[in-house]
Amino acid sequence: MRRLFGGILLVLIFSACKSNSDKKTLPIYGQRQAVTKTVNGQQVTDTVYQSIPAFKLVNQYGDSVGSKNLQHDIYVADFFFTSCPSICPIMHRNMLNVYKAYKDTADVKIISYTIDPKHDTVPVLKNYADKLGISGNSWWFLLGDKDAVYQLANNYLVGVSEDKTAPGGYMHQGYFVLIDKQQHVRGSYDGTDPKQVEQLIADIKVLKAEPASK
Amino acid sequence: MKIKVIGGICLLLIALVYSCQSDSSIEFKQYYSVGSGVYQAHCQNCHGAKGDGLAGLIPPLTDTAYLKANRSALACMLQNGLKKSISVSNRSYDGQMPASGLTPMEIAQVATYVANSFGNKLGVITVDDVGVDLGKCN
Repeated sequence: MRRLFGGILLVLIFSACKSNSDKKTLPIYGQRQAVTKTVNGQQVTDTVYQSIPAFKLVNQYGDSVGSKNLQHDIYVADFFFTSCPSICPIMHRNMLNVYKAYKDTADVKIISYTIDPKHDTVPVLKNYADKLGISGNSWWFLLGDKDAVYQLANNYLVGVSEDKTAPGGYMHQGYFVLIDKQQHVRGSYDGTDPKQVEQLIADIKVLKAEPASK
Repeated sequence: MKIKVIGGICLLLIALVYSCQSDSSIEFKQYYSVGSGVYQAHCQNCHGAKGDGLAGLIPPLTDTAYLKANRSALACMLQNGLKKSISVSNRSYDGQMPASGLTPMEIAQVATYVANSFGNKLGVITVDDVGVDLGKCN
Protein backbone atom coordinates (compact mmCIF):
# COMPACT_ATOMS: atom_id res chain seq x y z
CA MET A 1 0.00 0.00 0.00
CA ARG A 2 2.73 2.33 1.02
CA ARG A 3 4.67 1.50 -2.11
CA LEU A 4 1.63 2.30 -4.22
CA PHE A 5 1.39 5.72 -2.62
CA GLY A 6 5.06 6.28 -3.22
CA GLY A 7 4.59 5.34 -6.86
CA ILE A 8 1.65 7.67 -7.30
CA LEU A 9 3.57 10.48 -5.62
CA LEU A 10 6.51 9.95 -7.99
CA VAL A 11 4.25 10.02 -11.04
CA LEU A 12 2.61 13.17 -9.76
CA ILE A 13 5.92 14.88 -9.17
CA PHE A 14 7.14 13.94 -12.65
CA SER A 15 4.00 15.14 -14.36
CA ALA A 16 4.12 18.35 -12.36
CA CYS A 17 7.71 18.94 -13.47
CA LYS A 18 6.81 18.26 -17.05
CA SER A 19 3.96 20.73 -17.23
CA ASN A 20 6.16 23.33 -15.59
CA SER A 21 8.95 22.97 -18.08
CA ASP A 22 6.62 23.04 -21.09
CA LYS A 23 6.45 26.49 -22.54
CA LYS A 24 2.91 27.80 -22.27
CA THR A 25 0.99 28.31 -25.48
CA LEU A 26 -2.52 29.67 -25.64
CA PRO A 27 -5.27 27.57 -27.22
CA ILE A 28 -7.20 28.70 -30.30
CA TYR A 29 -10.91 28.89 -29.52
CA GLY A 30 -13.95 28.49 -31.74
CA GLN A 31 -14.82 26.20 -34.60
CA ARG A 32 -12.17 24.69 -36.81
CA GLN A 33 -12.16 22.96 -40.17
CA ALA A 34 -9.67 20.67 -41.84
CA VAL A 35 -9.02 21.90 -45.35
CA THR A 36 -7.13 19.80 -47.86
CA LYS A 37 -5.49 21.56 -50.73
CA THR A 38 -2.79 20.87 -53.28
CA VAL A 39 0.47 22.71 -52.79
CA ASN A 40 3.31 22.06 -55.25
CA GLY A 41 1.64 18.87 -56.45
CA GLN A 42 1.26 17.48 -52.92
CA GLN A 43 -1.89 17.08 -50.89
CA VAL A 44 -1.66 19.14 -47.74
CA THR A 45 -4.22 19.16 -44.97
CA ASP A 46 -4.40 22.30 -42.92
CA THR A 47 -6.59 23.40 -40.04
CA VAL A 48 -8.55 26.57 -40.60
CA TYR A 49 -9.53 28.23 -37.34
CA GLN A 50 -12.45 30.50 -36.65
CA SER A 51 -11.40 34.11 -37.04
CA ILE A 52 -12.89 37.56 -36.56
CA PRO A 53 -14.39 38.71 -39.89
CA ALA A 54 -13.53 42.07 -41.43
CA PHE A 55 -15.38 45.03 -39.94
CA LYS A 56 -15.44 48.80 -40.28
CA LEU A 57 -16.76 51.07 -37.53
CA VAL A 58 -16.20 54.54 -36.07
CA ASN A 59 -14.00 55.25 -33.03
CA GLN A 60 -14.29 57.89 -30.30
CA TYR A 61 -12.42 60.41 -32.47
CA GLY A 62 -14.98 60.03 -35.27
CA ASP A 63 -12.43 58.20 -37.45
CA SER A 64 -13.51 55.29 -39.57
CA VAL A 65 -11.45 52.31 -38.41
CA GLY A 66 -11.69 48.55 -38.54
CA SER A 67 -10.04 45.18 -38.85
CA LYS A 68 -7.60 46.60 -41.43
CA ASN A 69 -6.09 48.81 -38.72
CA LEU A 70 -5.65 45.78 -36.45
CA GLN A 71 -3.91 43.43 -38.87
CA HIS A 72 -0.60 43.69 -37.08
CA ASP A 73 -1.96 43.92 -33.56
CA ILE A 74 -2.82 41.73 -30.64
CA TYR A 75 -5.96 43.13 -29.08
CA VAL A 76 -8.44 42.69 -26.26
CA ALA A 77 -12.12 43.15 -27.12
CA ASP A 78 -15.14 43.71 -24.91
CA PHE A 79 -18.77 44.79 -25.27
CA PHE A 80 -20.27 47.55 -23.11
CA PHE A 81 -22.42 50.67 -23.10
CA THR A 82 -21.62 53.97 -21.39
CA SER A 83 -24.85 54.18 -19.39
CA CYS A 84 -24.50 50.60 -18.11
CA PRO A 85 -25.29 50.51 -14.40
CA SER A 86 -24.27 46.92 -13.72
CA ILE A 87 -20.99 45.27 -14.68
CA CYS A 88 -19.41 47.84 -17.02
CA PRO A 89 -17.81 50.05 -14.35
CA ILE A 90 -16.04 47.09 -12.78
CA MET A 91 -15.05 45.76 -16.23
CA HIS A 92 -13.48 49.04 -17.22
CA ARG A 93 -11.85 49.51 -13.82
CA ASN A 94 -10.12 46.20 -14.58
CA MET A 95 -9.52 47.07 -18.25
CA LEU A 96 -7.69 50.20 -17.08
CA ASN A 97 -5.05 47.84 -15.67
CA VAL A 98 -4.64 46.25 -19.12
CA TYR A 99 -4.44 49.76 -20.62
CA LYS A 100 -1.79 50.87 -18.14
CA ALA A 101 0.25 47.72 -18.76
CA TYR A 102 0.30 48.05 -22.57
CA LYS A 103 -0.51 51.62 -23.56
CA ASP A 104 3.05 52.18 -24.71
CA THR A 105 3.26 48.88 -26.58
CA ALA A 106 2.60 49.63 -30.23
CA ASP A 107 1.12 46.25 -31.24
CA VAL A 108 -1.25 45.74 -28.30
CA LYS A 109 -4.65 47.45 -28.39
CA ILE A 110 -8.00 47.45 -26.62
CA ILE A 111 -11.31 47.57 -28.50
CA SER A 112 -14.55 48.27 -26.64
CA TYR A 113 -17.66 47.89 -28.77
CA THR A 114 -20.75 49.78 -27.65
CA ILE A 115 -23.95 47.76 -27.85
CA ASP A 116 -26.07 50.91 -27.50
CA PRO A 117 -25.24 52.96 -30.62
CA LYS A 118 -28.40 55.02 -30.23
CA HIS A 119 -27.16 56.63 -27.01
CA ASP A 120 -23.40 56.17 -27.39
CA THR A 121 -22.65 58.63 -30.17
CA VAL A 122 -19.10 59.73 -31.01
CA PRO A 123 -19.15 62.69 -28.55
CA VAL A 124 -20.56 60.46 -25.80
CA LEU A 125 -17.81 57.90 -26.38
CA LYS A 126 -15.14 60.62 -26.50
CA ASN A 127 -16.41 62.06 -23.22
CA TYR A 128 -16.42 58.59 -21.67
CA ALA A 129 -12.84 57.96 -22.82
CA ASP A 130 -11.73 61.37 -21.52
CA LYS A 131 -13.32 60.76 -18.14
CA LEU A 132 -11.67 57.38 -17.96
CA GLY A 133 -8.33 59.08 -18.66
CA ILE A 134 -7.80 57.43 -22.05
CA SER A 135 -5.83 59.22 -24.75
CA GLY A 136 -4.11 58.20 -27.96
CA ASN A 137 -4.98 55.19 -30.05
CA SER A 138 -4.28 52.21 -27.83
CA TRP A 139 -7.88 51.95 -26.57
CA TRP A 140 -10.67 52.49 -29.07
CA PHE A 141 -14.36 52.75 -28.26
CA LEU A 142 -16.17 51.65 -31.40
CA LEU A 143 -19.58 52.52 -32.65
CA GLY A 144 -21.44 51.03 -35.57
CA ASP A 145 -24.57 49.49 -36.94
CA LYS A 146 -26.21 47.62 -34.09
CA ASP A 147 -26.91 44.40 -35.98
CA ALA A 148 -23.34 44.30 -37.29
CA VAL A 149 -21.92 44.75 -33.79
CA TYR A 150 -24.22 42.09 -32.31
CA GLN A 151 -23.14 39.73 -35.10
CA LEU A 152 -19.51 40.50 -34.31
CA ALA A 153 -20.14 39.64 -30.65
CA ASN A 154 -20.99 36.11 -31.78
CA ASN A 155 -17.62 35.89 -33.51
CA TYR A 156 -15.94 36.92 -30.27
CA LEU A 157 -18.05 34.25 -28.49
CA VAL A 158 -19.68 36.92 -26.31
CA GLY A 159 -23.44 36.96 -25.71
CA VAL A 160 -25.20 40.33 -26.08
CA SER A 161 -28.84 41.24 -26.55
CA GLU A 162 -31.32 44.01 -26.04
CA ASP A 163 -33.42 43.26 -22.97
CA LYS A 164 -35.94 45.70 -21.57
CA THR A 165 -35.92 43.92 -18.20
CA ALA A 166 -32.13 44.13 -17.70
CA PRO A 167 -30.66 47.11 -15.82
CA GLY A 168 -29.95 49.76 -18.44
CA GLY A 169 -31.92 47.90 -21.13
CA TYR A 170 -29.17 45.62 -22.45
CA MET A 171 -27.87 42.21 -21.50
CA HIS A 172 -24.26 41.36 -22.16
CA GLN A 173 -21.52 39.11 -20.91
CA GLY A 174 -18.47 40.70 -19.36
CA TYR A 175 -15.78 38.76 -21.17
CA PHE A 176 -12.46 40.25 -22.24
CA VAL A 177 -11.53 38.40 -25.43
CA LEU A 178 -7.91 38.10 -26.49
CA ILE A 179 -7.33 38.18 -30.28
CA ASP A 180 -4.03 37.40 -31.98
CA LYS A 181 -2.52 38.92 -35.12
CA GLN A 182 -4.25 36.27 -37.25
CA GLN A 183 -7.65 37.34 -35.82
CA HIS A 184 -8.05 34.10 -33.86
CA VAL A 185 -9.66 34.00 -30.44
CA ARG A 186 -6.89 32.99 -28.03
CA GLY A 187 -8.43 33.61 -24.64
CA SER A 188 -11.57 34.68 -22.84
CA TYR A 189 -11.48 36.19 -19.37
CA ASP A 190 -14.14 37.33 -16.93
CA GLY A 191 -13.68 41.10 -17.03
CA THR A 192 -15.30 41.51 -13.62
CA ASP A 193 -12.69 39.33 -11.90
CA PRO A 194 -9.38 41.12 -11.18
CA LYS A 195 -7.54 37.77 -10.95
CA GLN A 196 -8.61 36.68 -14.44
CA VAL A 197 -7.67 40.10 -15.79
CA GLU A 198 -4.22 39.67 -14.26
CA GLN A 199 -4.02 36.36 -16.14
CA LEU A 200 -5.00 38.20 -19.34
CA ILE A 201 -2.20 40.71 -18.83
CA ALA A 202 0.24 37.80 -18.40
CA ASP A 203 -1.17 35.90 -21.40
CA ILE A 204 -0.66 38.90 -23.70
CA LYS A 205 3.07 38.49 -22.98
CA VAL A 206 2.85 34.80 -23.96
CA LEU A 207 1.11 35.76 -27.19
CA LYS A 208 3.67 38.44 -27.97
CA ALA A 209 6.44 35.86 -27.59
CA GLU A 210 4.84 33.58 -30.18
CA PRO A 211 6.72 33.19 -33.50
CA ALA A 212 5.40 35.65 -36.08
CA SER A 213 3.98 33.19 -38.61
CA LYS A 214 1.50 30.63 -37.44
CA MET B 1 -3.57 28.12 42.58
CA LYS B 2 -1.96 31.48 41.87
CA ILE B 3 -2.47 31.03 38.14
CA LYS B 4 -6.14 30.26 38.68
CA VAL B 5 -6.58 33.45 40.68
CA ILE B 6 -4.79 35.56 38.07
CA GLY B 7 -6.77 33.86 35.32
CA GLY B 8 -9.98 34.55 37.17
CA ILE B 9 -9.11 38.20 37.61
CA CYS B 10 -8.26 38.49 33.92
CA LEU B 11 -11.58 36.92 32.93
CA LEU B 12 -13.40 39.31 35.23
CA LEU B 13 -11.58 42.26 33.69
CA ILE B 14 -12.41 41.13 30.17
CA ALA B 15 -16.05 40.65 31.11
CA LEU B 16 -16.06 44.12 32.66
CA VAL B 17 -14.57 45.78 29.60
CA TYR B 18 -16.97 43.92 27.35
CA SER B 19 -20.05 44.87 29.34
CA CYS B 20 -18.84 48.45 29.47
CA GLN B 21 -19.28 48.72 25.70
CA SER B 22 -22.05 51.23 25.39
CA ASP B 23 -25.29 50.39 23.66
CA SER B 24 -24.49 52.93 20.97
CA SER B 25 -21.24 51.14 20.13
CA ILE B 26 -23.09 47.84 19.69
CA GLU B 27 -25.68 49.61 17.56
CA PHE B 28 -22.89 51.08 15.45
CA LYS B 29 -21.31 47.68 14.92
CA GLN B 30 -24.60 46.15 13.86
CA TYR B 31 -25.27 48.90 11.32
CA TYR B 32 -21.69 48.84 10.07
CA SER B 33 -21.34 45.09 9.60
CA VAL B 34 -24.68 44.64 7.82
CA GLY B 35 -23.93 47.80 5.82
CA SER B 36 -20.72 46.24 4.56
CA GLY B 37 -22.77 43.48 2.88
CA VAL B 38 -25.24 45.99 1.42
CA TYR B 39 -22.28 47.94 0.01
CA GLN B 40 -20.82 44.87 -1.67
CA ALA B 41 -24.16 43.97 -3.22
CA HIS B 42 -25.32 47.40 -4.37
CA CYS B 43 -22.44 49.88 -4.49
CA GLN B 44 -19.12 48.15 -4.99
CA ASN B 45 -19.46 47.51 -8.75
CA CYS B 46 -19.29 51.23 -9.41
CA HIS B 47 -17.59 52.75 -6.36
CA GLY B 48 -15.04 49.96 -5.89
CA ALA B 49 -13.98 47.82 -2.94
CA LYS B 50 -11.81 50.65 -1.64
CA GLY B 51 -14.36 53.37 -2.38
CA ASP B 52 -12.06 54.83 -5.02
CA GLY B 53 -14.71 55.25 -7.71
CA LEU B 54 -13.69 55.03 -11.37
CA ALA B 55 -11.46 57.76 -12.78
CA GLY B 56 -13.58 60.75 -13.85
CA LEU B 57 -16.71 58.66 -14.38
CA ILE B 58 -17.73 57.60 -10.88
CA PRO B 59 -16.89 59.70 -7.81
CA PRO B 60 -14.81 58.26 -4.97
CA LEU B 61 -16.20 57.95 -1.44
CA THR B 62 -12.88 58.94 0.06
CA ASP B 63 -13.50 62.71 0.10
CA THR B 64 -14.08 63.03 3.85
CA ALA B 65 -14.94 66.72 3.62
CA TYR B 66 -17.65 66.04 1.02
CA LEU B 67 -19.22 63.27 3.10
CA LYS B 68 -19.11 65.36 6.25
CA ALA B 69 -20.81 68.28 4.52
CA ASN B 70 -23.42 66.01 2.93
CA ARG B 71 -24.02 63.64 5.85
CA SER B 72 -27.74 64.36 6.00
CA ALA B 73 -28.10 64.34 2.19
CA LEU B 74 -26.75 60.78 1.85
CA ALA B 75 -30.12 59.12 2.50
CA CYS B 76 -31.84 60.96 -0.37
CA MET B 77 -28.90 60.28 -2.73
CA LEU B 78 -29.09 56.60 -1.88
CA GLN B 79 -32.86 56.37 -2.23
CA ASN B 80 -33.37 58.45 -5.38
CA GLY B 81 -30.01 58.33 -7.10
CA LEU B 82 -28.30 61.42 -8.53
CA LYS B 83 -28.92 63.23 -11.78
CA LYS B 84 -27.19 66.52 -11.14
CA SER B 85 -23.49 67.10 -11.56
CA ILE B 86 -21.57 67.03 -8.27
CA SER B 87 -18.09 68.13 -7.32
CA VAL B 88 -16.02 65.67 -5.30
CA SER B 89 -12.29 66.01 -4.58
CA ASN B 90 -12.12 69.07 -6.86
CA ARG B 91 -13.44 67.12 -9.80
CA SER B 92 -16.87 67.36 -11.35
CA TYR B 93 -18.90 64.22 -12.00
CA ASP B 94 -21.91 64.44 -14.31
CA GLY B 95 -22.91 60.81 -14.73
CA GLN B 96 -26.15 59.52 -13.29
CA MET B 97 -26.40 57.36 -10.21
CA PRO B 98 -29.41 55.05 -10.36
CA ALA B 99 -31.94 54.89 -7.53
CA SER B 100 -30.97 52.07 -5.19
CA GLY B 101 -34.28 50.49 -4.30
CA LEU B 102 -32.99 50.02 -0.74
CA THR B 103 -35.22 50.13 2.33
CA PRO B 104 -34.67 52.93 4.90
CA MET B 105 -33.00 50.37 7.19
CA GLU B 106 -30.62 49.26 4.45
CA ILE B 107 -29.93 52.91 3.61
CA ALA B 108 -29.02 53.54 7.26
CA GLN B 109 -26.76 50.49 7.32
CA VAL B 110 -24.89 51.26 4.11
CA ALA B 111 -24.67 54.97 4.96
CA THR B 112 -23.11 54.04 8.31
CA TYR B 113 -20.69 51.73 6.50
CA VAL B 114 -19.61 54.34 3.95
CA ALA B 115 -19.52 57.17 6.51
CA ASN B 116 -17.08 55.11 8.57
CA SER B 117 -14.94 53.55 5.87
CA PHE B 118 -12.45 54.83 3.28
CA GLY B 119 -11.08 57.38 5.77
CA ASN B 120 -14.48 58.69 6.90
CA LYS B 121 -15.38 58.74 10.61
CA LEU B 122 -18.88 60.16 10.93
CA GLY B 123 -20.39 57.72 13.45
CA VAL B 124 -23.65 55.84 13.22
CA ILE B 125 -26.45 56.99 10.91
CA THR B 126 -29.56 55.36 12.38
CA VAL B 127 -32.79 54.41 10.67
CA ASP B 128 -34.40 57.30 12.60
CA ASP B 129 -31.87 59.74 11.15
CA VAL B 130 -32.61 58.34 7.69
CA GLY B 131 -36.35 58.75 8.26
CA VAL B 132 -35.87 62.43 9.08
CA ASP B 133 -33.47 62.98 6.14
CA LEU B 134 -35.78 61.26 3.66
CA GLY B 135 -38.58 63.62 4.66
CA LYS B 136 -36.47 66.49 3.29
CA CYS B 137 -35.62 65.05 -0.16
CA ASN B 138 -36.06 67.38 -3.09
